[in-house]
Amino acid sequence: MSLSRNDIEQIGKLARLEVTDSEMDGYVGKLSQILELVEQLQQVDTKDVVPMAHPLDMVQRLRVDEVTETNERDRLQQNARDVENGLYTVPKVIE
Amino acid sequence: MTELSAALRAGETSSRELTEAALGRIEQLDPQLNSFISVTKEQALIAADAADAQIAAGSAGPLTGLPMAHKDIFCAEGTQTTVGSKMLENFVSPYDSTVVSKLKDAGMVCVGKTNMDEFAMGSSNETSYFGPVKNPWDTERSPGGSSGGSAAAVAAGLVPASTGTDTGGSIRQPAALTGLTGLKPTYGRVSRYGMVAFASSLDQAGTFTRTAEDAALMLGAMAGFDERDSTCAEVAVPDYSATLNDQLAGKTIGVPKEFFDDGLDAESQAAVEAAIKQFEALGAGVKEVSLPNLGMSVPVYYIVAPAECSSNLSRFDGVRFGYRTEQADDLADMYTKTRSEAFGDEVKRRIMTGAYVLSAGYYDAYYLQAQKVRQLISNDLADCFKDVDVIMGPTTPTPAFKLGEKIDDPVQMYLNDIYTIAANLAGLPAASVPCGFSQDLPVGLQLVGPRFSEGLILNFAHQYQQETDWHNRTPDIFGGAA
Repeated sequence: MSLSRNDIEQIGKLARLEVTDSEMDGYVGKLSQILELVEQLQQVDTKDVVPMAHPLDMVQRLRVDEVTETNERDRLQQNARDVENGLYTVPKVIE
Repeated sequence: MTELSAALRAGETSSRELTEAALGRIEQLDPQLNSFISVTKEQALIAADAADAQIAAGSAGPLTGLPMAHKDIFCAEGTQTTVGSKMLENFVSPYDSTVVSKLKDAGMVCVGKTNMDEFAMGSSNETSYFGPVKNPWDTERSPGGSSGGSAAAVAAGLVPASTGTDTGGSIRQPAALTGLTGLKPTYGRVSRYGMVAFASSLDQAGTFTRTAEDAALMLGAMAGFDERDSTCAEVAVPDYSATLNDQLAGKTIGVPKEFFDDGLDAESQAAVEAAIKQFEALGAGVKEVSLPNLGMSVPVYYIVAPAECSSNLSRFDGVRFGYRTEQADDLADMYTKTRSEAFGDEVKRRIMTGAYVLSAGYYDAYYLQAQKVRQLISNDLADCFKDVDVIMGPTTPTPAFKLGEKIDDPVQMYLNDIYTIAANLAGLPAASVPCGFSQDLPVGLQLVGPRFSEGLILNFAHQYQQETDWHNRTPDIFGGAA
């Protein structure tokens, strides 16, 4: 399965990743190789096989809806670049 | 570690002495290895003094006062946790992961955070933003990855033990390439709370030690239910040390023929076959078995793991933590520039592969098909375990390769994990123990067991280590082990 530059650009939009012109050929080549590798799976007969999402014989545990954590906003915001009044600030979204 | 612990309790040495010695060796030798991203000297000495107080008070446990290192993927309060990436270069953990907290409670002294492939994606420790790690057996070669730093640090005798994580082989493969005992527990055995996520249905924390005896001690401290990790199993933790000396007579080893293919290096094959003969001499039965879908492990993994990572890494957007780009036109541009500037190439490739296989029109053909084949691989292993107690084979197809040899060919790099991936897909416990040499480089024997059979795997490994001395070999250049 060979990808095109356009495919890479589209995937980049989905994943919020930019590939520069000089990197593009490398990405097209290597991603195409990876997809060739995984193409082998098409040969496996998986009729009636249940897809496996995880190896556990478990479902999500639930708990009583009671508050158990304390608000530590200030401490947890120490790693943020821009914070004002407890709010994360980012470039303008709305014109 | 058992000897060090006895020496501590007999008053022959102190935790402070051991810790200072470790810090000294790191300062002297690590420039040649690059196995540490950060060394936490002050915190280590404080912890060492606290351990010495416990030892004096008679309340020490078997791990109290012993120096160790954590892979830089575990959040440890007040320390930098970089995951080998520019994205988190300046991230200081505001809390302890469960693994860190449990080993702290057991009295271990963390001297620093070890180098790793970026976001745990790699098999050579060459994708780290902080530079590659060198193999102590030959510094022109890779120690393996992604837990390359944790492996190199123990193999060079900088610390007696370290933690790692294993998603497709990232503990077992470096353990094999550096001559150590590496253990990946059953998925759900150890809490993933505070461990930066790569592929949530595959990741598992584990250990690097010289011996199975030491691994038993560490696993005992690390394992257990944690309600903060909803994938953590509510299964009691047995005393792994108590069963190390159980008899192997009456137990059966399965040797899958698919592990012995053309890709396996001849000397490695000889070392693994000799090891299996050793187990026969110890009383175990040996049987040939088959894992018909094993060859699909790598393709399945390189769909499932990238898909899961594309989701997990979407949290890195520059808003709440981590790197943020300097100039952006708007929010979407900020996200894109932040991620493009701070993620390395392998990470970007995997995110993009993941986004592709999950996207509309491709989901069924790739992701869903991969999940079904995952079920088949898991079924193959479950079927084997009806007839045998443990499965054995090589851990890697070749011994340590040269740095730079495979980094430009992702698919070649991925094939390093050809024997290890199946255990992650099925969520089974697996270990690698040293069993010989190929071209003067260490070779690892892999053991895989049914779910929650860590005690049995460690029992087999320990019995082997009582009869052989591969695990005691250390690279000449660095002298004896710590």
